[in-house]
Amino acid sequence: MNFRRWWAVTRKEFLHIVRDPLSLYMALAIPLLLLLLFGYALSLDVDHVPTAVYDLDRSSASRELIEQFKGSRYFDIVASASTPDELNAAIDRGKAIIGVVIQPGFGSDLKGGREAKVQLILDGSDSNTASIALGYAQSLVTLYGIEVRAIARERLGAPKVNSIDTRIRVVFNSDLKSRNYIVPGLIAVILMIIAAVLTSLCVAREWENGSMEQLLSTPLRPVEFLLGKLAAYFAIGMIDMVICIVTGVFLFEVPLRGSAVLLIASSALFCFGALCWGILLSTITRNQVIAYQLSMISSFLPAFLLSGFIYSIDNMPPVIQLVSRIVPARYFVTILKGIFLKGVGIQILWAELLALLLYGSIVFFIAVRKMRAKVA
Amino acid sequence: MSEFSVVIEHLTKRFGTFVAVDNVTLNVGKGEIFGFLGPNGAGKSTTIRILCGLLAPTSGKAIVAGYNVASDPELVRANIGYMSQRFSLYDDLTVAENIDFFSGIYGVAKDKRPIRKQYALDMSGLVGREDSMTRTLPGGLKQRLALGCAILHEPPIIFLDEPTSGVDPIARRSFWDLIYQLSEAGQTVFVTTHYMDEAEYCHRLALMYKGKMISLGTPAELKQALGKGSMEEVFVESIEREEAASV
Ligand SMILES: Nc1ncnc2c1ncn2[C@@H]1O[C@H](COP(=O)(O)OP(=O)(O)O)[C@@H](O)[C@H]1O
Ligand SMILES: [Mg+2]
Repeated sequence: MNFRRWWAVTRKEFLHIVRDPLSLYMALAIPLLLLLLFGYALSLDVDHVPTAVYDLDRSSASRELIEQFKGSRYFDIVASASTPDELNAAIDRGKAIIGVVIQPGFGSDLKGGREAKVQLILDGSDSNTASIALGYAQSLVTLYGIEVRAIARERLGAPKVNSIDTRIRVVFNSDLKSRNYIVPGLIAVILMIIAAVLTSLCVAREWENGSMEQLLSTPLRPVEFLLGKLAAYFAIGMIDMVICIVTGVFLFEVPLRGSAVLLIASSALFCFGALCWGILLSTITRNQVIAYQLSMISSFLPAFLLSGFIYSIDNMPPVIQLVSRIVPARYFVTILKGIFLKGVGIQILWAELLALLLYGSIVFFIAVRKMRAKVA
Repeated sequence: MSEFSVVIEHLTKRFGTFVAVDNVTLNVGKGEIFGFLGPNGAGKSTTIRILCGLLAPTSGKAIVAGYNVASDPELVRANIGYMSQRFSLYDDLTVAENIDFFSGIYGVAKDKRPIRKQYALDMSGLVGREDSMTRTLPGGLKQRLALGCAILHEPPIIFLDEPTSGVDPIARRSFWDLIYQLSEAGQTVFVTTHYMDEAEYCHRLALMYKGKMISLGTPAELKQALGKGSMEEVFVESIEREEAASV
């Protein structure tokens, strides 16, 4: 390994990158675009649900319950119906997804400790949103009921009922936001795709324009050549990583509980492996189009399906579980979730980090071997 | 060290059952301009690739700069300059960037770099155009720059695979002037061509046909042996005799 030869390749590769600004912008913009697109599209959270109310009780208690809905960020009251037809029309026309019907006697039943009745009507056409909205609405109503009773008991000198109170509040805790789980997984998938695709072109290009033959006739060694290429694209991969992390933390408000240094270090390991994968495909195929398509499929599908990002690995058949062990994104998803959400450190994640290091090294080793084999 | 730059003994290269280079034996002396003449598919590029350590020979032996290409390809590579048939530099890099890159991968010593860079610019006639994009250069200049880049490390042996294909006659002529300069400075030049006029410029040449070397000698010797006035006639006559012999 000769430092000067390696640096000559790295420098040349950087020049190629800056001379092709369109590709550079794409390499930096596409991860952000994907993250925004999937970050919003895949979110299982529901807020600002358009809500119609129909108050048949018209007591102070029912008005207070409606106030609770108004005050919640999960619901927007878009209609106040005065007949059942008005309520149905609001839902049928898609103006509201959920209808809240407060039955007559709600206020007095509540105070009297009897079963107070609230009816919830749902628009079933968006069943996912509707069922989540239903859960929120149920919680809100139950919570309200408990509060009213607690206040009443307090007045009568009865003990407070705190335990149920907190349990229900968990439902509204921002920590249950599904986005928190989706964003770290997304970062792994996006980085895998971008890194593998970036490098998939770079070796094949040299074969296609004939420069590879020239390079192979010089003292330049395969290791120096590949490490030079890696270094240039590694810089881009890490910039992408930082863009994704910043977007995740500041836009999607995913909490970063663990060490930022560990996060960067593990990203670097993962990035190295993913770049090596692209390089290997490029070295083997020697064809830019084929290498590009292969890198796309072979990075996207496993990272998406077998990383535990969306589908839990524990629920997969044993054979598939075994296959998932050679998917680097699997380890990275675990690492990212661990660092972001649990704040755990290297003493918990060392096995995953080791797996990433092993993956990168093995793929790099094979790529170097493949390049040597082509020479002989 | 022998007095030969290149020693080839019974060199054979097969691709599957196809014989691309068939039992070729020849020596090239130091400082010689040695020509490899033959039609497309004769096996010229394949031979050069073997000599540069890019392809392993199927059988036979090749010694370049005193090193066996099969067992010491890395030592061979440090002692040769090679201009392949297809490649002419990186189009999206400037003239200076191309020179710096090759200087780097050939491992030219730091203190020698400015001198070698100036040399490459001088010989390719690109002084003052260091910052031009290589893509914008005319073919002839690109070819000269490619040669300049291939000899930055002052290799004792230079392999040129059809260096002048696709270049106009005037540019070809001045390219050959460069080859003579290298030879006069003691560097060995091994060059392939299918232009008959270029064959005349070589000190010695081998006629290649269907993987076989069908004759070897100086242009004068080859013409005299067959009683012909031009290389063109020598070439046609040699091939006809070869065809007749193989029937
Ligand atoms: N890698 C290869 N695999 C199979 N056949 C090859 C390969 N390289 C060259 N050939 C064949 O060997 C023959 C000689 O090729 P080449 O040495 O390039 O000829 P020349 O340079 O004299 O035009 C051609 O018929 C070519 O098709
Ligand atoms: Mg050829």
